[in-house]
Amino acid sequence: MRQKAMFIVPYALWIVLFVVAPLVLILYQSFFDINGHATLGNYANYLTSSVYLKMTLNSVWYALLITLVTLVISYPTAYVLNHLPNKQFWLLLVILPTWINLLLKTYAFIGLFSRTGTINQFLQFTGLGSHQLLFTDASFMFVAAYIEIPFMVLPIFNSLAEINPSLINASYDLGATQWQTFRKVIWPLSMPGVKAGIQAVFIPSLSLFMITRLIGGNRVITLGTAIEEHFLTTQNWGMGSTIGVVLIIAMFIIMFMTGDKKQKGGRS
Amino acid sequence: MKKLFSAFFAVVLICILLALGDLALNHQSTGGSGKTLTIYNWGDYIDPALISKFEQQTGYRVDYETFDSNESMLTKIRQGGTNYDVVIPSEYTVQRMKKEHLIAPLDHRQLPNLRYIDPQFLNQAFDRGNRYSVPYFWGTLGIIYNDQKVTGKDVQHWEQLWNPRLKNNLMLIDSARDVFAVALITQHDSVNTTDYQQLKLAQHHLKQLTPNVKAIIADEMKMYMEQDEAAVGVTYSGDAREMMNINHHLHYVVPSEGSNIWFDNMVIPKAARNKTAAYQFINFMLEPGNAAQNAKYVGYATPNAAAKKQLPKKITADKAFYPPANTMKHLQTYRDLPLRVLGEYNDLFLEFKMFAK
Repeated sequence: MRQKAMFIVPYALWIVLFVVAPLVLILYQSFFDINGHATLGNYANYLTSSVYLKMTLNSVWYALLITLVTLVISYPTAYVLNHLPNKQFWLLLVILPTWINLLLKTYAFIGLFSRTGTINQFLQFTGLGSHQLLFTDASFMFVAAYIEIPFMVLPIFNSLAEINPSLINASYDLGATQWQTFRKVIWPLSMPGVKAGIQAVFIPSLSLFMITRLIGGNRVITLGTAIEEHFLTTQNWGMGSTIGVVLIIAMFIIMFMTGDKKQKGGRS
Repeated sequence: MKKLFSAFFAVVLICILLALGDLALNHQSTGGSGKTLTIYNWGDYIDPALISKFEQQTGYRVDYETFDSNESMLTKIRQGGTNYDVVIPSEYTVQRMKKEHLIAPLDHRQLPNLRYIDPQFLNQAFDRGNRYSVPYFWGTLGIIYNDQKVTGKDVQHWEQLWNPRLKNNLMLIDSARDVFAVALITQHDSVNTTDYQQLKLAQHHLKQLTPNVKAIIADEMKMYMEQDEAAVGVTYSGDAREMMNINHHLHYVVPSEGSNIWFDNMVIPKAARNKTAAYQFINFMLEPGNAAQNAKYVGYATPNAAAKKQLPKKITADKAFYPPANTMKHLQTYRDLPLRVLGEYNDLFLEFKMFAK
C-alpha cells in the first residue's frame, strides 16, 4: 500500500505544479487592476463591453467552423485509411506535417497565397486572372483546418481501428445495408474518437492568434489576439487573465458537452 | 528496453559532446582573459566589423545578445539576474526604465565624444540633459508606396490615405500608438494625447479608413511590400530602408504636416558589471568615423553631426531619411503614458481592428 502511494508522487507533483498552480495564478491575477488593487472590474469590463463579447462570439464561431471543416475532411480520411493495406504508413503521412514547426507551415502558405505566389501564378497561367487570397476568411479557415487535421484524424482513426470487425459482419448478416451499418454500428462506435477529436481541435482553435495575424492580416480577431495584447503591450495582466479565465470556462463547457456520459447512466 | 537505454545513452552522449565543443570554442575566443563587455541590442543593428575593431583596440571580449521588442527586453532586465553593460532601448522605454530605476546616470566626463551629436537630438523630453541616455540612431514613421501602383504625389500626406482609390490596398503596422498617431495628426492633436474625447474622434476617423485597410501586421509587412502585395504601407523608416533595398519600386515619405520621430539610445543598466568598458564602448561608437561606418551598414539616420558629414552626399541628401528642417520641426516623440491611458489606446485599437472587417 505504501509503495503505491509512492508511485503517485511524481504525478501529483506534476499536476499541482504545472496544472493546478498556473490555473490558480491566472484566476488570482484576474482579480487585480493595473495598479495592483483587488477588483472585480475586469469581469465587469468584459461582460459589459460589446468589443469583448463580439470578440468572444467571433472566436467561438470561427472555432466551430474550423472544427466542422476538419471533421468533414477527417472522418472519411480516417475511414479510408483504415481500409488500406499498410495503413500505419499512410497514417504516418497524415501525421508528418505536425513534425514541422507551426510558424514555418504558416509562412509556407504565405508563399502559396500571396499575389505573386504559386496559386496566383497558376491561375494566371490558366487564364483565370490573379485573385486576392491572403487576408480573407477563406484562407484563414483553410490554413487553420490544414493545421488541425492531424489532431482530428488520429483519434478517429484509432477508434475506428478498435471496432471489432465481427460486429460489422453481424450487421450485414442481419440484412442491414451499408448505410444502415454505418449509421447504426460504425458511427456510434467511433463516437469516442470523434469527441476526442473535437476537443483536440475546438479548444486550441478558440485562442489561435499567430494565424489570425499572418494569414488573416488581423482582420480576423479572436480572444487570443486580445490576450497577447494585454500581456505584451498594455501590460494589463489582470484583463488578460480574465479573458484567459473565460477561455478556461469555455473549455470546461466543451469537455462537459463532449464528455463520456455513459457512466452517468445515459444511453450513448 | 535495452534499445531504449542505448538510445537514451546516445542522446546524453551527443549533448555532452556539444557542450564540450561549445566550451572549447568559447575558451578560444576569450583567450583566457575575463574582461568581457555584454551588449544587449536589436538584431542586426551594428556593423560586426566595429565589434572586432573595439575588441582589438581595447582587449575586451564583446558578448552580443539581441532582443526583438522593447517590452521583451524590459521584462528580462526587470526580472534581474542579467549583467548587460550596454542596452539600446527606444526613447519611451528609456523613460520607463528611468522611472523604475533600472538604468544608471551617465558621467559625461567619460564621454567626451558626446560633443559630436547634433544638438537638435540632445536634451529631448524623454531624458532632459541626456542624464541617462545617448542617441544611437533615429528615424520616423511614414508612408511607403510602390510607384507601379500609385503616383508619388497621391501619398504625400496622411489624409491622402483615406482616398477611396486606395481601396483594399493599404497595410498598417500592428501597433496602437503608431496607428493612432496617424489619425491624431490628421486632426492636429498631439500624438501623446491623454484626452479620451480626442482618442474617440481619432478612432471614428480610423473607422472610415477600414475599406482601404488590407491588413494590420507587424514585421511581415516588409515581405509583403517587397512582393508587391499592396500599394501603400504605414511603417518605420528603418523597415522602409530594408524594403527599398530589395524592391526598387518602393519609396518612403515622411508627411510634412508631422509624424512620429523615434530614437534608439545607448544606456547603462544599474546591474552592469563592467561600467568602464561600457563607457569606452559608448565613446567608441560616438567617434565620427565609427558612427559613419555603422550608419552605412545599418542604413538608419545617425544623430552624429560629424559622422553625417563623412557620409556620401547621396545618403544625407535623401529627404526620406534626413527630412528637411520644416518637416523636422513637426515631428513628435512618443512619451511613456500612464498604463491606464495606454490601455485606452489599445482597447480602442482592438475595437478598430474588429471593425476592420
